[in-house]
Amino acid sequence: MKDYNKLIFEISKEGRIAYSLPPCDVDEKELNTLIPDSFLRSEDVDLPEVSEVDVVRHFTNISNKNYGVDTGFYPLGSCTMKYNPKINEDMANLSGFSNLHPYQPEDTVQGALELMYHLDQMLSEITGMERVSLQPAAGAHGELAGLMIIKAYHESRGDNKRNKIIVPDSAHGTNPASAAVAGFEIIEIESDKNGAVDLDKLKEVLNDEIAGLMLTNPSTLGLFEKNIKEIADLVHEAGGLLYYDGANTNAIMGIARPGDMGFDVIHLNLHKTFSTPHGGGGPGSGPIGVRKDLVKFLPVPVVEKQGDKYVLDYDRPESIGKIKSFYGHFGVAIKAYSYILSMGAEGLKKVSEKAVLNANYVMNKLKDHYYLPIDQVCKHEFVLGGLINKENNISTLDVAKRLLDYGYHPPTVYFPLIVSEAIMIEPTETESKETLDGFIDTMIKIAQEADENPELLKSAPHNTPVRRIDEAKAARNLILKWEKNK
Amino acid sequence: MHRYLPHTEADEKLMLESIGAQSIDDLFNDIPENLRLNRKLDLPEPMSEMELVSHMKDLSTANKSIDELVCFLGAGAYDHYIPSIVKHLAMRSEFYTAYTPYQPEISQGTLQAIFEYQTMICNLTGMDVSNASMYDGATACVEAAMMAVESTRRDSVVVSSTVHPEVREVLKSYMKFRDVKVIEVDMADGVTDWEKLKALMGKDIAGVIIQNPNFFGIIEDLTDIEKIVHENKSLLISYVDPISLGIIKSPSEYGADIVIGEGQSLGNSLNYGGPYLGFLATTSKLMRKMPGRIVGQSNDVDGKRAFVLTLQAREQHIRRYKATSNICSNQGLNALIAAIYMITMGKKGLREVAVQSTQKAHYALEQLTKTGKFKPLFNKPFFKEFAITGSVESKKVNSELLKHNILGGYELEKDYPELKNSLLLCVTEKRTKKQIDKLAEVMEVI
Ligand SMILES: Cc1ncc(COP(=O)(O)O)c(C=O)c1O
Repeated sequence: MKDYNKLIFEISKEGRIAYSLPPCDVDEKELNTLIPDSFLRSEDVDLPEVSEVDVVRHFTNISNKNYGVDTGFYPLGSCTMKYNPKINEDMANLSGFSNLHPYQPEDTVQGALELMYHLDQMLSEITGMERVSLQPAAGAHGELAGLMIIKAYHESRGDNKRNKIIVPDSAHGTNPASAAVAGFEIIEIESDKNGAVDLDKLKEVLNDEIAGLMLTNPSTLGLFEKNIKEIADLVHEAGGLLYYDGANTNAIMGIARPGDMGFDVIHLNLHKTFSTPHGGGGPGSGPIGVRKDLVKFLPVPVVEKQGDKYVLDYDRPESIGKIKSFYGHFGVAIKAYSYILSMGAEGLKKVSEKAVLNANYVMNKLKDHYYLPIDQVCKHEFVLGGLINKENNISTLDVAKRLLDYGYHPPTVYFPLIVSEAIMIEPTETESKETLDGFIDTMIKIAQEADENPELLKSAPHNTPVRRIDEAKAARNLILKWEKNK
Repeated sequence: MHRYLPHTEADEKLMLESIGAQSIDDLFNDIPENLRLNRKLDLPEPMSEMELVSHMKDLSTANKSIDELVCFLGAGAYDHYIPSIVKHLAMRSEFYTAYTPYQPEISQGTLQAIFEYQTMICNLTGMDVSNASMYDGATACVEAAMMAVESTRRDSVVVSSTVHPEVREVLKSYMKFRDVKVIEVDMADGVTDWEKLKALMGKDIAGVIIQNPNFFGIIEDLTDIEKIVHENKSLLISYVDPISLGIIKSPSEYGADIVIGEGQSLGNSLNYGGPYLGFLATTSKLMRKMPGRIVGQSNDVDGKRAFVLTLQAREQHIRRYKATSNICSNQGLNALIAAIYMITMGKKGLREVAVQSTQKAHYALEQLTKTGKFKPLFNKPFFKEFAITGSVESKKVNSELLKHNILGGYELEKDYPELKNSLLLCVTEKRTKKQIDKLAEVMEVI
């Protein structure tokens, strides 16, 4: 299994097929009498020719070289790799949801619209916002839509010179990238020694050209931004708006709400906080929420209730417009909706409590072996600065690769950028004490190995399907597709 | 206790002791009192699995799915047949419960599948490189337009009015914020008016976006357009239906520089509009301007072939505000589904899907226009969609069809006010002669 190393193209054999279709039951005409030859291709597309069993074995075998949440512990900080409930997949696959065409008449999709409307209400309640739009495809897309709303807000007030967005140096890369896509200039501010917003530095850059500040709370260091009210007041006094990157919402559900902290525009990641699977890279879903006076700027369409009928409202003259085809990732929204209904208010609060308990437990057990730059109570995640003992030059990357040998997915590494050799650990609430103890023991063992047998780490991993990969070669000698005889 | 939360009371006690906290509340002391919610969220009571299933069945059966309706609706989302194995394989949890393959040693499954996806997108489109997916066809179009703007250093893009209306709208929403001008070029008899296009070209035009087959299902002749675009040193951006490429010339054959499209029809369920995937492929020359993730082949320290994310210096986690795009999470699972679909259909199957769709669509047009009650709106070669017009309001036609459990066409007047009483119908390989005959029969008496 581990040795299966074939590309599908390499097992292709002329004449094999893996599909079946009924015979064409209408009168068939010569194709070139329907479509002129000049438009037709002269050769079939070069796609594999394999049997159905070939396809099944191929993907089963390569799937065995993957590691998912269902395989084991996946403490990938900032990504909230919690358990993805199976029932949610079943619900999303109900034919009455998965087989709906996006342009069906509203009368035939009342259940779908009702679900979207209720999910909007529930997410608004959880975050303390007025309305939530499910349109954005992922977190970064939510950021972009939110920033467009911020720009639309200023322009609607005739305030046209606000073309700058403040982003702390601890922020995720998508924050400044989204601000650039929305046409803003980016002002980066240095964090204080605790990774929090430095109020003096913030005051220095606030002026009448600032459209807003992007922040996550808890911060990317997993620490609650205690001065958030003051920050919000400062930004608002200067005429700016406060944007909330919802990547870290798993720490505060039922405890505190971005709306109450003074955030004006937010996004959530349904693929983090609300248990929808990450799909090997996506699809995500990044709903955005806004305060009351910004509702009119939300992307179209907005699901509204008129009497006892649900409708898609496109008639919103101040909307930022359409930012995506159709209505967002409905198939993902179903799973988040099922999750919230499965948890209820108390369940969601417990989620955040246990997520924070788990993170603090692991942090306290590891801080004697790994450098903990800020020793205070953390929220749902924490950031270490590599091994304490730097003598053997063992990097965070080496530690991560050694974890692979022990069957763990490594934490997020080298992010946030403000901690050198960062190891960002987010256990999530769905992990048991036994799982955490196993991981802690392994991390401590690796720290010992780093002292006693550094080579073991530098050459790790040893027992994975492939070992360390030559990334420089991949970038230098680009092979981005399979080609015959190459 | 909750089924997703494993902590027993004893566990919690031990863990708190180990941390040195008295209670869970101690762990939230850093949140100022005036910011605490201090009330229960107003949400429905938690449901057991049985209660959830029953609630969700009620909601889902309040919809009428295309299992119950015979679907002649397309317009960018298509009812093609999805072989059983596609879902079985994509739903292996080793794939769908993983995230972005940043640890390639334990992500070879995802990485190899995407490498195969990239290869097949290149083979379909004839282009040199493909990325690992975009959010959808519309946002892929935006990214392609930005690539053109960045690589030509010009500040306007032209889009044909025969491009999907939603794609054009999304393009305009984005470009407004980038100070990039979007110019629409008119159509003539259902295709891009190349003379008008020619008149529009100038030193400010970065790229020209043409859909093919276009929104009306018509196959556009790009011979003249390609010359006009390239003589102006602009880029030709081609928005295509991947299924059509089973029989229609690849965009590289008519000189496209960037090829994009909506990949839903490659094995993805309709899902009321998403999640789908956008694909984006281009030439080696433009490769470094590409947005999104790209998988490359290399080897490990033992010399074994291995796959890894590459050319990352374009991406937001490295380049931050200078990145080619802000995309991070993409449509990995949908790209996997597309890959499994393309492999399952294979060389012969993709062609057969395209041929049967063409044959059945042409048969349908013939049946619908037989008596003259409806006539074709345009007289141009088409693939699986066509527009018809008559004396009855489209809305009325559709509501009559619905009474017979037929999901009718797209009402063109919504986006093209001049196209009154006109419907865009779609016929895929799934439709049978009987269903088509029934459609014609019902429409004849409306
Ligand atoms: C803090 C933070 N912000 C934003 C994002 C972007 O979210 P997405 O990948 O859904 O676009 C991430 C995702 O990893 C994140 O961790």
